[in-house]
Amino acid sequence: MRHLIALCGLSLWSLIGQAGPLEAAREAELDNLLIQDCGSCHGSRLSGGLGPALLPDRLEGKSRAMLAQVIRDGRAGTAMPPWGPLLSDADIAWMVNRLLAGKE
Amino acid sequence: MKIETIRLNVSSGERHRLRTQIHEELRVVAVVLLMLLGLGFATFVQAAQTLRGSGDLAVIVERTSGAVQIVETSGNSAVGRVGGLGDLSHASVVYSRDQRYAYVFGRDGGLSKVDLLTQRLVKRVIQSGNGIGGAISQDGRLVAVSNYQPGGVRVFDATSLAPVADIAAEYAPGRLSKVVGLVDAPGQRFVFSLWDAGEIWMADMREPNRPVVRRFKDIGKHPYDGLITPDGRYYIAGLFGEDGMALLDLWHPDRGVRRVLSGYGKGEQVLPVYKMPHLEGWAVAGERAFVPAVGHHAVLVMDTHDWREVGRIPVHGQPVFVMARPDGRQVWVNFAHPRNDTVQVIDTDTLQVVNTLKPGKGVLHMEFEPRGEEVWVSVRDADQVQVYDTASARLRTTLSAAKPSGIFMSARAHRIGL
Repeated sequence: MRHLIALCGLSLWSLIGQAGPLEAAREAELDNLLIQDCGSCHGSRLSGGLGPALLPDRLEGKSRAMLAQVIRDGRAGTAMPPWGPLLSDADIAWMVNRLLAGKE
Repeated sequence: MKIETIRLNVSSGERHRLRTQIHEELRVVAVVLLMLLGLGFATFVQAAQTLRGSGDLAVIVERTSGAVQIVETSGNSAVGRVGGLGDLSHASVVYSRDQRYAYVFGRDGGLSKVDLLTQRLVKRVIQSGNGIGGAISQDGRLVAVSNYQPGGVRVFDATSLAPVADIAAEYAPGRLSKVVGLVDAPGQRFVFSLWDAGEIWMADMREPNRPVVRRFKDIGKHPYDGLITPDGRYYIAGLFGEDGMALLDLWHPDRGVRRVLSGYGKGEQVLPVYKMPHLEGWAVAGERAFVPAVGHHAVLVMDTHDWREVGRIPVHGQPVFVMARPDGRQVWVNFAHPRNDTVQVIDTDTLQVVNTLKPGKGVLHMEFEPRGEEVWVSVRDADQVQVYDTASARLRTTLSAAKPSGIFMSARAHRIGL
């Protein structure tokens, strides 16, 4: 029983964690993911490679919703995979903000 | 004798003066001789310390810091670091035939020539907007770079890095393709694949200024990389857009490109690919070739006589590099994100996974020492390069490196297609 309560508490905590703003540690993880893993196709400076450049001026005029959808679902017929299975909506929203803002 | 002669002709006062002078001169000569001897010895000692071969050196790409670390693989230690090489995401390296210089191909179109012995950047040119890889010609005189932007291959003089030829990958009027899978081939040729066009091109560079290009069309959708077998006979392009690979027999180019491993994923769900696999000449072990299945947790095995599939080995994740130990007895495999913390070892005789290692998150590359007793593994997120004994799969040494990716040993200088 005690285990069950602990488990419920844990899942509740992780739910809250998902809905709210990201923890600093998660942000660092996502930043690393962006530079290293997205970077393996888009360039570690996001200036393009097999995939297109993702610098702020290249993303101008594209809506947040559209960018989030491409990250979540990928693009059929291209090498862009769906990241939905690996990233939460909050993760993706953070990623979109980070891309639009460019490097800090 | 000379002193005797002087004695006969001069007075005693003068004699004394002369003697002193001679003593003085002798002393100076002695001091100078001693100094020269000392200098010679110092030079000798210095030479003994710095004179070394470069056949056991290697370069580790530190991709986010735009640097390469130079290491030696006899004692497994760091030798030096050369920075200022630009954007090194997806950087690769080829070697001059004297094994002294490393040519580093950067993502930002940079081509850098690094001296392994003095650990200096000799020359650097920005040859395109977006580069992806390179090759050195059979005779060692030409360095070719494959580019995404503008799509094509540019060829440079290996000594001066002066431009020699520009092969635009114009597959339709005004349309340039991204170029992947560039290798050198016997007969002073470069062979490469066109991602957007689905073609393989073979450039004859016997007249460096006037490349003769032969095109092979309709090889399949989106070739993602290419390899040439260690004997330089077969060029194989992996396809991302469909299940299969395109095979070109360079002994018989007139026979055209043949599809192999067609439909290997039939009936199975293709998984999202978070990291493009790579192909290198190491894939061949004896009479079998081992290649990654794109979008599947499997290594595919082909018989190199008829290029038919003879095996399918289930592995931990989607393979990125599938590398045969130089003696062909083992194949080591690393995997795509998010399963990139693992390396597996396949026995090439039984086609079974015999070992599963967990070096840490972000295993990006593996390189065997030329005779295969050790393998170097880059572990990006741990900022480490780990050296394993390949017989026991035990960790031997760990070196620190900043976000290491590719590891390239100078023994590549004498291998076709590397």
